[in-house]
Formats: sequence, structure tokens, C-alpha cells
Amino acid sequence: MNAPTYNFAYLDEQTKRMIRRAILKAIAIPGYQVPFASREMPMPYGWGTGGVQVTAAILGPVDKLKVIDQGSDDTTNAISIRKFFEKTAGVAVTTNTNDATVIQTRHRIPEATLQAHQVLVYQVPIPEPLRFLEPRETETRRMHALGEYGLIHVKLYEDIARFGHIATAYAYPVKVNARYVMDPSPTPKFDNPKMNNSAALQLFGAGREKRIYAIPPYTSVVSLDFEDHPFEPYKHKACCALCNAEDSYLDEIVTDNKGSRMFVCSDTDYCETRQSQGHRGSENAAPYAESANA
Amino acid sequence: MLDVTVSSTAPTVRAPANDEPLLVAENLGKSYGRLAACRDVSFELYSGEVLAIVGESGSGKSTLLQMLSGQLTPGTGSVSYRMRDGVTRNLAEMGEAERRFLFRTDWGFVHQDPAMGLRMAVSAGANVGERLMAVGQNHYGKIRDTATSWLERVEISADRIDDAPRTYSGGMRQRLQIARNLVTEPRLVFMDEPTGGLDVSVQARLLDMMRTLVSELGLSAIVVTHDLAVARLLSHRVMVMQGGRVIETGLTDQVLDDPREPYTQLLVSSILPA
Amino acid sequence: MYVAVKGGERAIENAHRLLAHERRGDRAVPEVSLAQISNQLGLAVDRVMTEGSLYDRELAALAIKQARGDMIEAIFLLRAFRATLPRFGSSEPVDTSQMQVRRRVSSTFKDMPGGQVLGPTFDYTHRLLDPELTGESSPEQPVMTDAEPGLMPRVTDILGRDGLIEASPAEDPEKPVGDLTRDALSFPADRDLRLQNLARGDEGYLLALGYSTQRGYGRSHPFAGEIRLGEVDVEFVAEDVGFAVPLGSITLTECQMVNQFKGSDTEAPCFTRGYGLAFGQSERKVMSMALVDRALRARELGEDIKAPAQDEEFVMSHSDNVQATGFVEHLKLPHYVDFQSELGLLRKLRKEFADANETAVALQEAAE
Repeated sequence: MNAPTYNFAYLDEQTKRMIRRAILKAIAIPGYQVPFASREMPMPYGWGTGGVQVTAAILGPVDKLKVIDQGSDDTTNAISIRKFFEKTAGVAVTTNTNDATVIQTRHRIPEATLQAHQVLVYQVPIPEPLRFLEPRETETRRMHALGEYGLIHVKLYEDIARFGHIATAYAYPVKVNARYVMDPSPTPKFDNPKMNNSAALQLFGAGREKRIYAIPPYTSVVSLDFEDHPFEPYKHKACCALCNAEDSYLDEIVTDNKGSRMFVCSDTDYCETRQSQGHRGSENAAPYAESANA
Repeated sequence: MLDVTVSSTAPTVRAPANDEPLLVAENLGKSYGRLAACRDVSFELYSGEVLAIVGESGSGKSTLLQMLSGQLTPGTGSVSYRMRDGVTRNLAEMGEAERRFLFRTDWGFVHQDPAMGLRMAVSAGANVGERLMAVGQNHYGKIRDTATSWLERVEISADRIDDAPRTYSGGMRQRLQIARNLVTEPRLVFMDEPTGGLDVSVQARLLDMMRTLVSELGLSAIVVTHDLAVARLLSHRVMVMQGGRVIETGLTDQVLDDPREPYTQLLVSSILPA
Repeated sequence: MYVAVKGGERAIENAHRLLAHERRGDRAVPEVSLAQISNQLGLAVDRVMTEGSLYDRELAALAIKQARGDMIEAIFLLRAFRATLPRFGSSEPVDTSQMQVRRRVSSTFKDMPGGQVLGPTFDYTHRLLDPELTGESSPEQPVMTDAEPGLMPRVTDILGRDGLIEASPAEDPEKPVGDLTRDALSFPADRDLRLQNLARGDEGYLLALGYSTQRGYGRSHPFAGEIRLGEVDVEFVAEDVGFAVPLGSITLTECQMVNQFKGSDTEAPCFTRGYGLAFGQSERKVMSMALVDRALRARELGEDIKAPAQDEEFVMSHSDNVQATGFVEHLKLPHYVDFQSELGLLRKLRKEFADANETAVALQEAAE
């Protein structure tokens, strides 16, 4: 029987070179979806195979990897992917956003501002922002090529006509470098402003749909809107029950069978860092003396 | 039957802004295998002029319209168009991007079936506003105001602006399609059997409205129809097609009142009995 | 006090241990061997090899065992392994006219050179549960004769001699056969890529699509020109050696559908082909594949594209069960961040709706 042996970070070097070429092209044309010959990965399509391939292609032995899903390092899929790279690449891993050189994420952008030495790798299920308006790939590619984006504004127009405001809560479309309309992956629109003019390189991998795209550092990323109905970032009406943060994205936790609920930071590293700095929310407002001894 | 004697005056031709023709077709032809769908068609269309292409189904008029509007590559010959900057360009030599831009700004195309030209599940306001948004208009309120005034011009009540055309009657859908096309103030509109499939009374109202719009906006138009009453009401000039060829051409009244060719005589007598 | 969820790592480990336990089942029952799977569940192995795109009976049997009999999971295991294998090149095209035939049937001719060979088939069995198989069975020895290779020309070759059927396209050295596992797929896709996609495609999906063409959604008037099963040799031209080296033989099932074609302005009427090929004995797969292949040739043959089976973007984008199952099942992953955004939006919309109604009621009351 053929006994399986695997290369550093799982993928063979030929495949990595192919992916790196796609990444370079993506960086050269910000927001453009570059087709690539996505491989079958040992985790299912739709579970981050695009992000995993991008990470595998850029990871070096000195990198420090952080993996989050829903903002948290401790969700099962984040753990599974982190363990995969620990096993196949033997790289150091961390949960600390500032320490990481490569951060793979699903559905969130960390709250801490990313730095120039960092790369954020997004897992993308459906890379095509026009897909649900026009199902045909041949047609959407033509629309991108010719910059024909009337259709996506039709969708926004319809939202306003029906609801009085744009009713897109996540995967909110953006225009990159004043040229390509891009799907930011299903991050909440709360995170959209963080993509703009970021010091970090942002790479997007869609394994099942076989596309890679990128936002190079310091590139303009504008959320689509109308002059008289500007983009509004989502704002919670609460603050974190653990660290009292007012500026972070919050998860709603149902705490009992009567429907009581509380809000906590979705970015677990951000929340823990704040708590370690002494910030206390309503749920753990311990006396300062005790917490200092703890 | 429409009362042709009363409404036989087509809109008056405005003095062309430029002596150059707006559109020139030279030796256009298209064959499918051994079948020549269209052969050796040449004509010039001037600003403000409405040309009707008439003939039975299979005469080649729809193939011709598709070639003229750049949707079908001609087998022989060429189509040239005088752009807004005054330069006359060969369509075949334009890039796809340029051609598509022309198609949604300076041109209009009214399909026989409104479902082909409208987004049936999207509100009337967005249907009219789409072309504006496609060329970069980015103010919801202004787009909506423009859409409202266009709906009024095509006699659709402004309170239907948020309804999708699938809730509209056939005649309303066709009027909405026209508004969707005219919102960018195109100079040339192609129409493919614009009144086909509508009741006679609905047709009369639509034709009347189209005549007013064409005249008010100084539009040029190329209308394909098998219905000579449509040609009579809308057009200044008529081209009669048979078997892929143009067999007779001239001023509308002249051709329809005093047809030269036996085939045209047959068409006129069968469709417009005296 | 609320504590953020932790311990996902241990949960995963425990779940995997439980899975292994369930896989083994009752330990008083003997464990199933790979040889048993390969021999006695041979058609399952054939399907996993075909859709897993890897001809290796032992690994396919292992995948089936590891997947607890879940075929798509087994296909996935084999594919993921295949993706890491180094690639030395491609074999010479296999010649199915030289197949060592074990089964060969044609519905278009009553008899032809080589005759009809039923072979091992479920056809004409009565589907009655067989109590003899509940325990140990000892079936009778079958009667075997050796077929002579070369004496069984393909039915399509017989038709081809009179020009009644379109010729198979000749090999074009300028245009090597595409490989959608190595290059990103783009549309429109040529027939080589379409066939590769269908060969890897889900059997059930192709069956349903092929069936739909028979029921009028893209009708193509098919005849099963020939279905053959047997062994063919695989050869590989190694560049250093300079000639074709035999690698061994593999079992294949091939189906050539013969379809009506009315002709066009430039083409005389003739029969056209739909083609299906799979590893092992996979008759349902190759017949369905041939029907769908023919349906997807609508563009090339100038036919109207109206039915789902004729729409190459639709067919090819959804045929891969490994992709499909991944995306469907990814809905199990946490989506609470997006759900939270939707929740916020929904609450806002409901509040606006209620406020608008209140205003309307207030206005009405004021008017009254």
C-alpha cells in the first residue's frame, strides 16, 4: 500500500508555487478574482479549504499562526485548522493577535488594528459579489471586466425602496481601489471599515469556487452606498459583559431558558487582553483587590 | 382596426444637428449555411429620423435589426455610428466595453416581449434607475425623482414605482420598458415589434405615446414591424424586406399609399384594406 | 458568572475517539477486512475509485471501511489522498477496441461480430431477497470461455465505416487534453473538460440529469449503441526510455450512446455520440454520463439550450459530490456572527414596521 507522506504545510511545492502565482496576480490587481487550480484538501469544501491553501502557500517555518472562527480561537473549526498546521508545518501558533504573522479567519476581522508585518487570510464561501443577482459565471466575469456594476446598485436601491435603508448585514459589498466590486466574505458589515487602508496584506481564498483575491496594504476599500444613504457601520446598543468594551462586535448569549441574554466580545483575544488590563464588565465586576491577587 | 387616415402624420423631422448621418449601414449581409437571412442592405439614418423596416416573418428584418444594434456580427458589410463626440465609428472596430456602454447610454432597445427588456422581479423604480446607476449616478433621491418623472411621462402612476413589473399589465410593461430605455436620453432607439402581442386598443395608446416621445425628444429610431399601421404612425421612411433583401424603400406615405413593387402592394392591400 | 466557551480541543478528540468506537461496532463481531470489501462489495469499490479518480482497489476499500460505508465520505478520503500524489505525466489513451471483454451488449443490432455477451449482470435477475445469502453461500462455478481480443469491434466503429455516425475527433497535438484538477476551470468548457468533470461527477446526480433528458428536458433520442466491460492495458511513454511501457491493466466500463441528429446548414444528418467511461463495473454511471455528455454538446451542435442537462455551467458546477457535500454540510459550522448581524437587522426592520403601523393607526384615529 502507498504509505502517505506529506510535505511542509501539507501541499507539495509545485502546488504552492501555483497558488503563490495566483496570490501575486491578485495583489497586482486588487479585488480581482484570480482563478486557481484548487486542490482537494483533507477537510471538506466549504470548511476553509481556500483559506487553508492560501495559508499553506505563504507559511514559512518562522511564522506564527493564529486561526479564528467567528472571532474566537476556541471554536471547533478554528482549533481543527490550527492543529492541522501545527501537525503538517510545525509552526508556532498563538491566540494573541499582535504576536501573529499570519492570521486565518472565518467571518471576522480582529478588533486590534493589524500591522504591516501581518497577513490576514480570509476563508471565502462564495467569492462572487454578483452571484445572487446573476448566477452565470460567464456573465459576472464580463460585468467585472467592463466595470458594469449597475446591477449591484439595483439591489441597494431595492433595499432602500422597501426598508428605507440598505438591508445587508454581512458580506456587504465593497469597491476596491476604485475598480473592482468585491465580496468581503461573510464578515459582518461592522468589520468593513477595517479593510480600508489597512497596513496588513489581506488575502482571500475560496477553495470550492477556486478563486483567490487580495487587498494589498494601504488600498482604498469603500463600502457601496448612495450619497444620500451612506454606509452605516453596525453599532451595538450594548457593551461587553466581560470587559466592558463599547467598540467591539458582540455575540449575544442566551443565558437561561427564560430567554435572558447578555452580550460579550466576539473577538476572544481582544476581550481577554482587555480583562487582563483590568477592564471589567457587568458579569465579572470583581473587587479590584481580589482580581489583583488572582 | 386603427383609423389610419386620421393619424397618418408622422412626427415632423427636426433639422439635423449635423449634416452627417447618425447611422450608416453598408452592404449588410448574413447567411446561415446556404440560407441567406439578409443580403446587401445599405441605408443612412439621420438624426431625428424614424425608419420602419417592414416585412413578413422570415423576411430578414429581425436579423437586420440585430446586426444594426451590434448584437449580431454581420457576415458582410458594416455599420457605422456617429458618436456623441461627432466622430463616426465602425461598430465592428469598437471594443466590447465601448459597445456595451453605447448600448446602455446613447442607444435604447425595446423588445417585443417586455420580460426580455425588464427585470421582472425588481421594482419599476429600480428598472428605470438601473441605467443611471450603471453610469455612476449615486444619489438615491435624485435617481428616484428621475424615475418618477419618467413613469409619469409614460403614463404610469407614480404610486406604482415600488411595484415589480410582474404585477403590471402588458401595456404598462411595454411603457415601462420604454421609460427604462429613454432615461439616459439616448439618441437612437431600436424597436422590435414594440406593439406585438398587445390588444388593439392598448396598441393605439402605446403608439400615440411613442409618437409624442419621439417627437418631443427628437429621437432617431429604427422600428421593425410586420404591422404597416405602426410604420404609418411612427416612421418617416419605410424599407420593405422580402427574402432577405430590401425590395422597396421611400417616404412612408409614398410607399404605403402608392406602392411600386407587387409584393408591397400585396402587403398594403392585405393589411390595410381600403 | 459567565465563562466563554473553552475546551473545543478536547471535545474534538473525544468525538473522534467515539467515532472510531462506533466504526468498529460490536467487538464480538469479526472486523471486516479490506479483501472482503474489495471482493464482496466490489461495485462499491468501483464507484469510489471512479468518483475518487484513483484506480487503487485496496485504498478504495480502506476508504470505504474508514468511512463506515458512507460512499461520498470514502470518495472524499481517496480524493484528498490523490491530491498529494506527485504527477509524472499522463498515460497513452487506452484502446477500448482491444478490451478483454467480459460483458458487451448493444441495443442497436440484434447481432454483430463478437456477439452479445451478458457477463456478470443484475439484468434479468428477479429482485427477490435471497435467503441463501444470509449465511455462508457457495455459488456454483460459472461456465467460462475465453474471448478473442480484436474480434469485438466497437459498434460505433461499425457504424463509422459507412459515415453514419460522426467520427471521433482526432487527437490534436497542439491542444493537449485539459485537466481540471490542475488548471482552473473556465466557461465555456470544451468536451475534454466536460467529460473529465462528468467522470468524477456524482452517480446519482448524473442519473437524475440523464433521466431528465429521457423525459423531454433536452431530449436527444438515445440508443445504447454499446456497453462493454473488461480489462484494458495502460501504457506510459517515459521520456528517458522513448517508447511505451506497459503499466498493467485496469477494469473499465464504457458506454457509447448513439443519438439522432437532424443535421444543420453545414452538416448532413448523421448519428452523434454520447460517451461514458468509468473504472470497474459502473454501468449506471457510464450510461448516465453518456446521456449528459450528449446533452451538453447542444452548443457545439447548434441545438437550443433549454434544459438543465444542456446547461454546462449548471451541470459542471454542481456535479462534484465532494464539493457539494462540503458546502451543504458547512452549514453545521458556527455562523453566529452573521446570525447576530441578521438578528440586529431583523429587530430593526420589525421595529420600523411596528412604528409605521402605530403611526398609521394614530393618523387614522386623528382623522376620525
